[in-house]
Formats: sequence, structure tokens, C-alpha cells
Amino acid sequence: MRVGLLHSRIRVEEKLLVEELERRGIVHTLLDVRDLRFDIFDASPWRGLDVIFERCISQTQALTAVRVFESFGISCVNPSGVIDACGDKLTTSLLLARHGVPTPRVRVALEPEAALLAIEEMGYPVVLKPTVGSWGRLLARVNDRDAAEAIVEHKSTLGSVQHGVFYIQEHVDKPGRDLRVFVVGNEPIAAIERRSEHWITNTARGGRAAGFTITPELDRICRATARAIAPGRGALLAIDLLESSDGRVLVSEVNHTMEFRNSIATTGVDIPARMIDHVLEIGSTRARTADEESAPGVVVRPLEKVAGALNSGVA
Amino acid sequence: MSSTISPTATSPCPECDAVVSFSRAPLKGEVARCPGCNAELEVIALAPLTLELAPPVEEDWGE
Repeated sequence: MRVGLLHSRIRVEEKLLVEELERRGIVHTLLDVRDLRFDIFDASPWRGLDVIFERCISQTQALTAVRVFESFGISCVNPSGVIDACGDKLTTSLLLARHGVPTPRVRVALEPEAALLAIEEMGYPVVLKPTVGSWGRLLARVNDRDAAEAIVEHKSTLGSVQHGVFYIQEHVDKPGRDLRVFVVGNEPIAAIERRSEHWITNTARGGRAAGFTITPELDRICRATARAIAPGRGALLAIDLLESSDGRVLVSEVNHTMEFRNSIATTGVDIPARMIDHVLEIGSTRARTADEESAPGVVVRPLEKVAGALNSGVA
Repeated sequence: MSSTISPTATSPCPECDAVVSFSRAPLKGEVARCPGCNAELEVIALAPLTLELAPPVEEDWGE
């Protein structure tokens, strides 16, 4: 079994994952996505990799590289379909809605005037979110018409083309916290609550994490979320949920490259070990079926020496 | 792993020249904070250990 850990900057999470691989004696190769070059007709530099464990900080780079690796017949955790589904909030919302997973109401508009109409139809307050982005950045709670006009104009004038997609989410009046559930495969393994005086509760924005017991309702919702986002063998997901004042539990966002440094001690769950379990499970399936899965003209054999081009980090 | 070096590795901060040390063997791509100027740094090479200012956060970074 050889694991390719695809990364950019190495954060605490990646160090913990590498330590877990080393502790188990798993042969692994560190692949800095910023150094990679692909000839899409030649898979030979990557032969011997049974599974790619994607831990890039850039969603665009992650998705691009994973698509290429998958085209070479190499399984990836998470697969491109999951990165695609989680990386774009509209795609996430569409999948949740189609699968009947409880989630805040969402309206979408593509022009400023239409966005203002959609906001007014939904009723104040609403939350405007960029469809791509993380760590609670560029979220805006819009309380009235004046704020809506200003933010919509700023987004359409100053933002990139992507900010011309107006993703308008129901504001959920949560009780000073939101919940995060970590899912491995299809199983919710741990949960935290994130508290903040601010309406944005991301730990990246100062939210304080504490362990939280997974209730039967949370378990059911998160399993349904995993089925919607990652049908089949599931994925590694961090599901963010909001509790509304009228008793609803709603899936707000689903994250595909989960950060967990503050959640190991607080939950008592060895999250990196469980993640590696999943990666090895996917990789072992790959190793058993490598010959059958190889695309025509592409030879990817397990346990062969990875080419010299990948010499960084070869264990 | 061949990508690791001595756990007592140190390198000067490219911004303020303070000594940045690692309690564990650093990895290429690892981020560190300078104790002198608080700059966010990234390990760009291991032999010799070399640090650069970490790139600013991009729009698509995150979880």
C-alpha cells in the first residue's frame, strides 16, 4: 500500500496525518500540488500509488489534481465529485434539497436587480455568501434594504465574476452556537459545538469549540447528508449544522478538507486515525482491483517504485 | 522519511532575521510563525532549511 498525500502548505492537520501514517508504517509520498506537472497521456510517473489523500488548502488546485489522478485510475480521498459538491455552496444546497436533507432555504440570482428581488421575497434578515470560499470569509448578514443594495452593488462592482452569483440563504437565528459533525465514510464519528458572541461561529473567526454528543437526530441527518454528497463508500466530511429557534436542525455547509486540530481533545476521538482508516480502506480496494480499473492505455500497478520525479517525501 | 531533517532545525526569518526554530522535524510546505515579527512563514526547502513569507490567503482556500 502506498499513499500519496497531496498537499500545499503543511498545517497541524497534515502533520498529524503524516505522523499517523508513519506510526502505522504506511509507505507514503508527500506530493506538493504546487510542484506537480501532469502529462495527461502518461500515467507512468504515478504508478505505484494506490490512493491519493487530498489535503490541499486550495480547492481549485485540489479539484484539478484529483481529476487528473482519477483519470489515471487512482482512487482519491476525497473524490472529485465530493470536492465539487462541497466546494460550491450552491451545488451543496442543490444536492441537499434534492435528497430531502433539512437545510436553510436558499435563493439564487445572477444579476443585482434580481438579487434584490430575491432578498425581498425571502424577507430580512438574510445571509449572502460567496459560493466558493471558507473560514467564514465574506459572509454578510443583511438586515434591511439599504444594506442589501450596498452589498449587492459592492459584490457586483468589486468582486470577481464568481461574486456575480448571488447565493442568498435564510438567516437562522441560532442559539449562540452551531454544530459540526465529522463523518468518516458514512459514519458520524465525533461532534463539536462552536460558540461565539458573533453570528459567525467558525473557529477560524474566533468561535470556541467544545465536545458535543451526537444525538440520534444528528446521526440521521448526517448519514443522509453523506449519502447525498458522497453516495457509495462515503467520504471524509465535516458537516456544519444550525439549530433554529423553532426546533429545526439544518445542514448549513459541508466541508471536504476538514480541519480538526481543535476537535481531537474536545471530542476524545482520534480523528486523524479514523481518517487514515478510511484512506487505507479505499486504497486497499484500489490495490486489489488495480488491473481491472486501469483505463485503456494507462498502466498503474500497485507497489511499484514511484518515479524519481516524485522523490520528495518518499518514505 | 527522506523529507525530514534534524528536529533541532533553525533558520533565520526572511523578514526580520530572528531565529525560527522547530520543535519537531519540519516538512516542506510547513507553516511557522516568526517569534520576532509574527510573520507567517513557510518552509520552502529542507537542505538547507529555508523559509519564505507564506503567500496570502486566496479566495478558494479553506476547508
